Amino acid sequence: MDVYRHIALSIAIWLPIAFGLVILVGGRRYPGLVRPLAAIGAGLTFLVTVPLWQLFHAGSFAMQFQEHIPWIPAFHINYALGVDGISLPLVLLTSVVGVIVVMAAGPAVKERVPEYFASFLIMEGLMIGVFSALDAMLFYVFWEAMLIPMFLIIGIWGGPNRVYATIKFFLYTFLGSVLMLVALLYLYFRAGETFNIVSFYHLPLAATPQILIFLAFLIAFAVKIPMWPVHTWLPDAHVEAPTGGSVVLAAIMLKMGAYGFVRFSLPIVPLASHELAGLMITLSLIAVVYIGLVALVQDDMKKLIAYSSIAHMGFVTLGIFLFSRIAMDGALVQMISHGFVSAALFLCVGVMYDRLHSRAIHDYGGVVNRMPIFAAFMMLFAMANSGLPGTSGFVGEFLVILGAFKADFWYAVLAATTLISGAAYTLWMYKRVIFGPITKPAVASLTDVTGRELSFLAVLGAAVLVLGLWPAPLLHVMTASVHHLLWRPGVRLAGANP
Amino acid sequence: MTSSLALYTAIPLTCLAVSLAAGLFGRVLGTVWTHRIVILGVAVAFALSACFALPQVMSGHDLNATVYLWGRAANLPLTVGFLIDPLTALMMVVVTFVSLMVHIYTIGYMRGDPGYQRFFSYISLFTFAMLMLVMANNFLQLFFGWEAVGLVSYLLIGFWYTRESAIAASLKAFLVNRLGDFGFVLGIAAIYTVFHSLDYATVFAHVDAARHARLAVTDGTSWHMLTVICILLFIGAMGKSAQMPLHVWLPDSMEGPTPISALIHAATMVTAGVFMVARMSPLFEQSPVARSVVLVVGATTAFFMALLGMVQTDIKRVIAYSTLSQLGYMTAALGASAYAAAIFHLVTHAFFKALLFLAAGSVIIAMHHEQDLRKMGGLRRYMPVTFAATWVGALALAGIPPFAGFFSKDAIIDAVAHSTLPGADYAFAAVLAGVFVTAFYTFRMLFMAFYGEPRMDANVRHHLKESPWVVTLPLVLLAIPSVVAGMLLMRPLLFGHFFQGALYVRPSDNPLPRMALHYHGVLAFIGAAFISPPLYLALGGIATAWYLYIRRPELPALMARRLHVFYAVLRAGYGFDAVYLSGFAAGARAAGRFLWRVGDVQLIDGAIVNGTARLVGRIAALGRRLQSGYIYHYAFAIILGLFVLMTFFLHRG
Repeated sequence: MDVYRHIALSIAIWLPIAFGLVILVGGRRYPGLVRPLAAIGAGLTFLVTVPLWQLFHAGSFAMQFQEHIPWIPAFHINYALGVDGISLPLVLLTSVVGVIVVMAAGPAVKERVPEYFASFLIMEGLMIGVFSALDAMLFYVFWEAMLIPMFLIIGIWGGPNRVYATIKFFLYTFLGSVLMLVALLYLYFRAGETFNIVSFYHLPLAATPQILIFLAFLIAFAVKIPMWPVHTWLPDAHVEAPTGGSVVLAAIMLKMGAYGFVRFSLPIVPLASHELAGLMITLSLIAVVYIGLVALVQDDMKKLIAYSSIAHMGFVTLGIFLFSRIAMDGALVQMISHGFVSAALFLCVGVMYDRLHSRAIHDYGGVVNRMPIFAAFMMLFAMANSGLPGTSGFVGEFLVILGAFKADFWYAVLAATTLISGAAYTLWMYKRVIFGPITKPAVASLTDVTGRELSFLAVLGAAVLVLGLWPAPLLHVMTASVHHLLWRPGVRLAGANP
Repeated sequence: MTSSLALYTAIPLTCLAVSLAAGLFGRVLGTVWTHRIVILGVAVAFALSACFALPQVMSGHDLNATVYLWGRAANLPLTVGFLIDPLTALMMVVVTFVSLMVHIYTIGYMRGDPGYQRFFSYISLFTFAMLMLVMANNFLQLFFGWEAVGLVSYLLIGFWYTRESAIAASLKAFLVNRLGDFGFVLGIAAIYTVFHSLDYATVFAHVDAARHARLAVTDGTSWHMLTVICILLFIGAMGKSAQMPLHVWLPDSMEGPTPISALIHAATMVTAGVFMVARMSPLFEQSPVARSVVLVVGATTAFFMALLGMVQTDIKRVIAYSTLSQLGYMTAALGASAYAAAIFHLVTHAFFKALLFLAAGSVIIAMHHEQDLRKMGGLRRYMPVTFAATWVGALALAGIPPFAGFFSKDAIIDAVAHSTLPGADYAFAAVLAGVFVTAFYTFRMLFMAFYGEPRMDANVRHHLKESPWVVTLPLVLLAIPSVVAGMLLMRPLLFGHFFQGALYVRPSDNPLPRMALHYHGVLAFIGAAFISPPLYLALGGIATAWYLYIRRPELPALMARRLHVFYAVLRAGYGFDAVYLSGFAAGARAAGRFLWRVGDVQLIDGAIVNGTARLVGRIAALGRRLQSGYIYHYAFAIILGLFVLMTFFLHRG
């Protein structure tokens, strides 16, 4: 087990990448092996990450499973990895979603099959890298590299308007990343030529550089989340992306922006974080209210879920910038929950799309008559998306609302509108798609879920329920890290409640 | 876990287990085994509630214990746990009893429905959720139960999911309830802010210390915190217990099958709001302002919803408006600090309203799912048991002694009369006038359905017959408490020590001790009714209904024409639905469309993003011309190059 502690994260990163490369090289010659290999790669990666959870010392805020190898010594760039209670759940989320995505790639994926699986596996490794990098340059490399497979996934296997969507996606994210690089380089020199993220935490930075660094980070992270008003790339990207791409985008990639705030902005520039918290809270609340209304009028199911994601991520950023432990706990739980729920909803749309080749709500109606099992699962996920207690969707929203009330009555009032809007757009869509008599001939020809579809829906359904009925283990894992984040000696984020 | 906690835990879990069995394995079990297993489970829950929980609390053995730690956020432990005190135990008995009756009834009502097993799964799931709600010892679990009963209600209203009206009603019910939950969640958040705990016991123990807490609303203004908390919680209660103006979902909920109208939308779930406010009596007692709001809202609902009951032609909608009105009575009692009277009426109402609904369902079965009163008439000759049951229910609802509703409703009217809160005079007038209206619409329904000439078509008439025993047995079993529950429960619930420790009333506000001064037993209470107005108002209502619907049946149509403005207002339900539809629902959609088309598409995308994108596109096109081959090849080459570089440096270092 001791050896495991020192190589686990590396294996979790490089194992899927290695599988991806093998598939890329040999997939054309042995097409029959592509799917089994991909499944084994994703499955093994998941198995590698499971013991991380068991071996993790939840009582400590320290980085665990650390690895440290000089990478480019000339610039003091290290291959440094490690996870704390904040990143560990995200690593596990990534490895679970990795398995789901491979399972979800059904017969609908026909073109360039090896490249498809290779892209996902390589992207999975890179995303785990983002969540476990402790060296800022390594983080940056993973952060940028991860975009390339996603770019390809949308660009090659995407819908008719994929070129516009990919360019938009790239424009947004590259613009943000460049400023982040500048900020990282500034920190590198200020910290005495090191990219060690934890050493950035102890830099005594004056107010002005703090604000500038915060803004540089903000642009990178806000685009990723995405926060209003830099969110418009997301609906387009989702609409054009194949189902698997949407799943990864919603479940994992959106979390990276929020993770960035928690890993970089808050601990490195606490003064600026506090100074600009009002702005962040305002943007978050706009996301909740404005986007909640916009989601209501979407006819494209993927667009609707994409907008719903933006609103839900608004809760995450709201929770982060309230600087109270309960809200931060809520934000982090919401990240994990949204990973499962949004993945499940995009997969549900995928299940229907594979059959009817339409995402338009008005092309459906009465699906339950032909697909009762599917309808039951989609009901569960729709309820989770509406934040029903007993599902994971409730936990984060509830804790954030508790924290928001403590900060300001009106924050809580605006945040709590999600109870109404979330239920309205989700269940109204559900009603029009699933319930009612069959009026479209195409719907009459639908068949219920296959065994493969049932299996991934069941996995996600179980995750949503377990997290909703017993979030204690997840909350326990993050406790020490959240406390340390808000109450680090000397840089206490003002207004934080113990 | 103590043995009693284990037994208490078994009560809801049995219901959950049979629900899962019916839901997951219903197809394997078949219809007969499904209903056997489910009914057995609910019967066990009822037996444990009546023979274990109730005797336990009556001998003073309350229980407040944690079942498991749901999670710990910051320093706040969030648990699932039970508080079993007299209030809870009474609710458990009522819920499981009515639920058991409805389960048995369902065998007859849902026979042959393709969703038979699913229906049983839902109603036992409902029983589980409702038990979790009433057994909660903290606000988190209360909210769990609260939302879970809402979910099952949603699923059951839309049970016949191919009916457009049913699925519209289910969505409406969920969303209107969510409006209430919006307040409820904020109320819970406020409680957390003030008390740093969501545990009932902790919160109630510190109410005194929080008496002067204030909530800063804007710079310079602040509100009394406990008043804010109570009003926010009450908004939740208004959603669930369908108080005006959040009542609009309940009449539409009649789209669901009749058994659930009886169980969920009359006897139990809709009373959850009343139960919750009673449970929070230590909080509400601190805020006369909040209680005044409760009193006025309740009394308004009691009277104005009763008026709507007079013009309904659908038998279920008559009873639905009656439920709204009766919930208003309970709410008014809460406002008057007569929590015990509210719960008393909740209990008697659960019996006689479930009875009325199930009797109506029996009529609907006989009428081949025709619900229009205008197409009924003369049914008494064909359905004697149903007819007798309806009479019992109607007398109880109208408040005629010695039927159950008489005692509880009179107690409420008395309590409201004793209230000195702002709005108490108005409330008293409303609940008093409501008595006449209640008796009128109840007997209007009874007379239209069972008396006079049959108005159904010959085919239906030819097949009219009494319902099978699985339907009539629950009617008989519910008719018994509808007669005797008032007599038996009045003294212990209102003037005894049953609720001691469970309900808190400030001595200065408590109307019950003053009422107790005039209480000298059941017979004397009935005797006193003959010299007070409510009984005569009720009899007047019955007489009016008799005159209009039996003596001069041509008059109502004439009156409707003469008073057509008044009539139209009532038929339109005062226009609430129209306002919600064209105001809120359409307004939200219009706002969403505007924000989307103008905000997202035109401003952000049109002006900013695509302008930049065009520029980048031009550069990219230039770049593409210099290259050949596919871009994804290059992209993979970039990653590969990265890896090679990385390995190279790793080995060198």
